[in-house]
Formats: sequence, structure tokens, C-alpha cells
Amino acid sequence: MLHEVLLIALKDLRVEWRSKVTLGQVAPMGLLVLVVFAFAFDANTRLLELGAGGLFWVAVLFGGTLLIQRAFEVETDDGNFDAFRMSTIRAPSLFLGKSLGIFIQVVLLELVLGPGIVLLYNVRIDDWLLLLAAALGGTLAFSVCGVLWGVMAAGTRVRATLLPLLLVPILAPVLLAGSRAFETAFGVRAEAGWTWASLMFVIAAVHAAVGMGTFGFLLEES
Amino acid sequence: MSPARGNKYMTASPATRVLGVVAVAAALLMALLGLIVSPADVVQGQAVRMLYLHVPSIWIAYGAFVLTAVSSALFLIRSRRREDSGRHHDRLAGAAAEVGVVFAGITLVTGMLWGRVTWGTYWQWDARLTTTVLLFVTYLGYLALRRLPADPMIRGRRSAVMALISIINVPIVHFSVDWWRTLHQKASLSVGRRPEITGEMYWTLLYSTLAVTIVASWLIVHRYRVIRLEELRDEEALNALIASRLREDE
Amino acid sequence: MSTVVDFQKVVAVAGGFPVLAGLDIEITKGEIVHLRGSNGVGKTSFLRACAGLLQIQNGDATVLGFDLRDDRIAPRRYIGLLGHENHLYKDLWVREHLEFRAAAVGADQHDVEAALQRIGVSERLWAVPIERLSAGQRRRVAIASVLVGRPQLWLLDEPHAALDREGREVLDEILIDAASSGATVVLASHERDLSKSVTSRVVTLRGGRLWEDSGAA
Repeated sequence: MLHEVLLIALKDLRVEWRSKVTLGQVAPMGLLVLVVFAFAFDANTRLLELGAGGLFWVAVLFGGTLLIQRAFEVETDDGNFDAFRMSTIRAPSLFLGKSLGIFIQVVLLELVLGPGIVLLYNVRIDDWLLLLAAALGGTLAFSVCGVLWGVMAAGTRVRATLLPLLLVPILAPVLLAGSRAFETAFGVRAEAGWTWASLMFVIAAVHAAVGMGTFGFLLEES
Repeated sequence: MSPARGNKYMTASPATRVLGVVAVAAALLMALLGLIVSPADVVQGQAVRMLYLHVPSIWIAYGAFVLTAVSSALFLIRSRRREDSGRHHDRLAGAAAEVGVVFAGITLVTGMLWGRVTWGTYWQWDARLTTTVLLFVTYLGYLALRRLPADPMIRGRRSAVMALISIINVPIVHFSVDWWRTLHQKASLSVGRRPEITGEMYWTLLYSTLAVTIVASWLIVHRYRVIRLEELRDEEALNALIASRLREDE
Repeated sequence: MSTVVDFQKVVAVAGGFPVLAGLDIEITKGEIVHLRGSNGVGKTSFLRACAGLLQIQNGDATVLGFDLRDDRIAPRRYIGLLGHENHLYKDLWVREHLEFRAAAVGADQHDVEAALQRIGVSERLWAVPIERLSAGQRRRVAIASVLVGRPQLWLLDEPHAALDREGREVLDEILIDAASSGATVVLASHERDLSKSVTSRVVTLRGGRLWEDSGAA
């Protein structure tokens, strides 16, 4: 099982390494989003500092959705899903492997966006541990949800427009929890950031369980 | 839930015709009670009348989404045992979701109008309004997924999984939004005092809930039958195609 | 001789259209069957149904001893499918892709180089992204991906498309070898006189059904 999961994840990361889509295109786009937010708030530094946590997660959502599109485009492009269906790899492994691949790519994206908000929005980090825990929980939740909805949208012709519609409402609690936890970590909001962070782990666990249970027949097209 | 024999292409049966008449009468009586008979609220004045549609609508919306989830679960269980069985659960899930979306929409519109009158603003980031709008969009996505052309069984399973995740997500969304709003410093704009619901207003609300439930059930039954007819049409077209292909070379 | 594929009055539907409309066909072990017919007669659908990728609506279908109506997942591990598409990750290098495919079907990594050499993908291309290969070279890599899995049943959809003469000859040799070592091959092509020397049987489809069968050679 672990062997299969790693096989899939490493394949996806290798595709990324060869094509450099995350680092070369999605991460710069994420930075652009951060800049554009400053336009929207008229470069009001106080507002940007207060909202930095939320803006970070909105940028992650934008960029991450593109990564999920890309991860499934690679599979549908040349009929590669057929090859998976014909392989000995079990569906839960495929689900977890794809999720792991997305997870690592979103972490890369966050490693660009994180310094971005620190520098652009003048953010100070009070609680590093909470920040890391929230980033981990939020990224896990995003990855498993994204892969679960990604495969549902992948079998359809309208996947590019369908995926965000399905993904965003389901991820709303993650956005909310991530924003609040980050704001606590930045010291702009005295709140139970840890409870928000744990909520994201719960969401990740729920979707991981559903995904492992249902990925097998979501993969079949006929 | 199939209509009487002999009128296979109709969506009505004698029983649902009666239900339809009852639904229309119930709705008329509800308008009479809600708009004329029941008194205006001391605090909220005439705006309170919106309540008689608003409260039953949200109850129907949640009820319909639960029905969608239960039907979806049954469909997944049935369709695992034998392919092509349990299609009626899938149809019911789809019909209920459509009606649920309509009533969630009514809830939002009446809620916003009410907010305009009592709070002076259409939208408050109130926990319940926010949860409802997210729910509304989630199920719009569900309907979009259902509409996509695919093998009926595949589409059924795909949307069943989405229905289950969506219902699991309801408490998560509600909890997080509620928590977000309560932990947040209260909005400076004070949330209007809830009207005291007693006497005639109480009975009117109770009756409205019944009336709206009847209307919603009638809609679900008919949507179910329309979906069934659509499937029947596709199946008959397919059978004719198979038959003509079989004849082709003989 | 054991039966590998046994279809009885099989009906299968794709996109609301009966792509297989009462197909009867029996294929035994070691055969190389050339599936023929014009566009849209059900060649691809038959291959996909054999692979368990297309649901059977009606009739009985058995592949490698598995009843497809009960379980269409289990036989897949013994089947090698080459579709219209090549099933390639275009960003990966040729060797990386093959190694991944081999691992995904539980094949031996040592077979990767042998397969590439056998199909005639020259060594200088092994560390080149698939994206940069020509159509014919990609087809060869795709065939190598099937070859490493050592399938018991080969399902090939227009395998000769895009291949040059030398490539076709190499593929024919590979198929003959596979058949003589106990595998079964079904290849679809609308070309009439394709690889006469290779195929042991020519089956023509029409309207989703069997039209003409030369019978086992």
C-alpha cells in the first residue's frame, strides 16, 4: 500500500519537476494575487495586516485549484486513467498517492506565499507552532478534498469550470478555520487558534475516509 | 411512487391529483392566514409575515437535502450489490435536491428582505444566513454534476458520493460559521429582537409549515416522475436503436 | 484449447448508443485475431468491453475465466490494453515512464530496457521527454508499456497506426512470440490486408455485431 502511494506521488512530483508548472507558473500567479489584494484594499497596510491570514488562504485556494486541475489533466490528457484502471494499483492507494503529490506541491506554493505575506503585508509571526500546525491541517484538508472532487470532475468535459464550483463551498470551513488560526498566530486576533487548527484535521480525516472508500467506483467511467 | 397503470406517460395519478388540489388550497389558505388573519408584530410590524414562508422553507430545504442524502446512501448500497438496481433511489435524490435548492433560494430571498426591514441591511454575516448560502451553492453544484451527460449508473454513484459529502459538511459548515460569528465581536448593528411568537402567529406558523410541506411533497413527486419519464424516454430510444441494429443485417 | 474470450449476445451502451448490439464471439488461447470493419462498427468498444472498461448491459461475457457481469476489475491485471491514445505522461522521460508503468503493473524493472530495445526505441531517446518524440516513436513507447506487463491477453487498437514498416515488422514479431508462448492477441484495424502473415483469424464486425469470421486457422 505505502509502496503504491509513494509510486504515484513520486510520479506526480517527477512530472512537476520536469514541467515546473507549480514553481514556474502557479507560485508566481499566487504572488500576483497577493499584490492584487493590495490594490483592492488600496494598500491600506493596517487592513492588509489584519486580513493577511485570510488572504493567504484565498491565494492558496486559487493556486491549489489550478494544481488540482493540472494533476488531473496529466491523467486525462492521453488516456492515462485507462492505464490506471488496467494496472494493479488499488484505488485507495491512487487516492492517497495523488493527495500526497498535491500536498507537497501546495506546500511548495505556500513556501512562496508565506514569505510573500510577511514581506508585502508587514505580518509578524507570534506563534510559529500554531502557524505550522494550521498550515499542515489546512493543506491536508485541501489536498484530500481537492483530489476527491478532482476525480469527480475529471470524467467530464466541463471539468475546468466544474471543479471550482464543487470545491469552494466544501472548502469554506477550511478557509474560515485557516484564516482564523493564522490570524491568531500573527497576533492580530486573540482567539482559540488551536481549535480552528484541529477543525481542519477533522475535515481532512473525514474526506480522506470518504475518498478511500469511494475512489474505486469514482474512477470507473462506464 | 409510480402513477396508475394506463397512463405511463403522465406525471399525475389520481392520488397526486388530489394532493395537488390540496396543495393549492393549502397555499391559498396560508396566504389568507399569513397576510390577513394573523396580526402584525408589535416590534417588527408587517415584516413578521415573511416568517410564515421563511421558516417553513428552511425546514423543507434541510429536509429535502437529508432525503437526498438518505436516498443516495440507499442507492450506493443497492447499486453495489447488482449493477443497474436501485435507480429509483437516485431519482428521488435528484428530485429532492432540486426542490431543496428552490426552497433554500426562497429562504435566502425572504431572509434578505426581512433583514432589510428589521436590520436595515439586506445581508448580515449571520451564522444561519451564511450557512444557508453555502448550502445553496453546494447543492447548485450537485445539480450541475447531475446534469452532465454520463452513464446513468456512473452519474448516480458520482452524485450520491457528492450528496453524502455535502450532508456531512453541513454540520461542519454550520459549526464553523456559527463559531466564527459568536467569537467575533458582535456587530455594532444590533440584531433585531426576535418577535414573540404566540397565539394566532404561532398557529399560523405551524399551519404554514404543514402547507409548505404539502406543496414541497407534491413538487418532489412530480419531479421524480418527470425524471423517470426522461429515463424511460432514453431507454426506449436505446431499445429502438438496439432493435434496429439487430434488424439491420437480416 | 481453453477459451479466453467468450461473448454471447453481448449488448453494451456508450453515450446512449448501442455500440455492441448482440455480439457473439469466442476466442481461444494462442490466437492472433484481426478485428476488422469500418469506422464505428464497435471494434474499440469490443476491446474496451473485453478489458472490463465498458459495462455489459445484456448477454454473457467471460474473459480469462472471469464473468464480466460479476467482476470486471479482476481480469484487468492479466490484460494489456493499447488504445487509440498512447497512455503516456508527456513530461516524463521515456525510461521514467516505462519504469512507472512497469511498477504499476507489478512487473520487473529489469524488463524495461529489454522492452525498449525489443520495440526498437534507440538508447539515445531513453532520457528524452516523451513530448519531444515523433508520433511513431511514441507509439513504440506505448507498445513497450504493454510489453513489460507480459499480459495474457493483448488488446490493441490500431497498433500499427503511426508505425513505419520496420516498426510494424517488429510489432508483428512480438505478437507472434507472445502468441506462441501462450498469450492471446486481439488487434483492431480497418486496414484490409494488414499483417496477413501474423493473424491467425480475421473477424469482421458490422453494426456492433459479428459479420464475418474466417475461423481459427
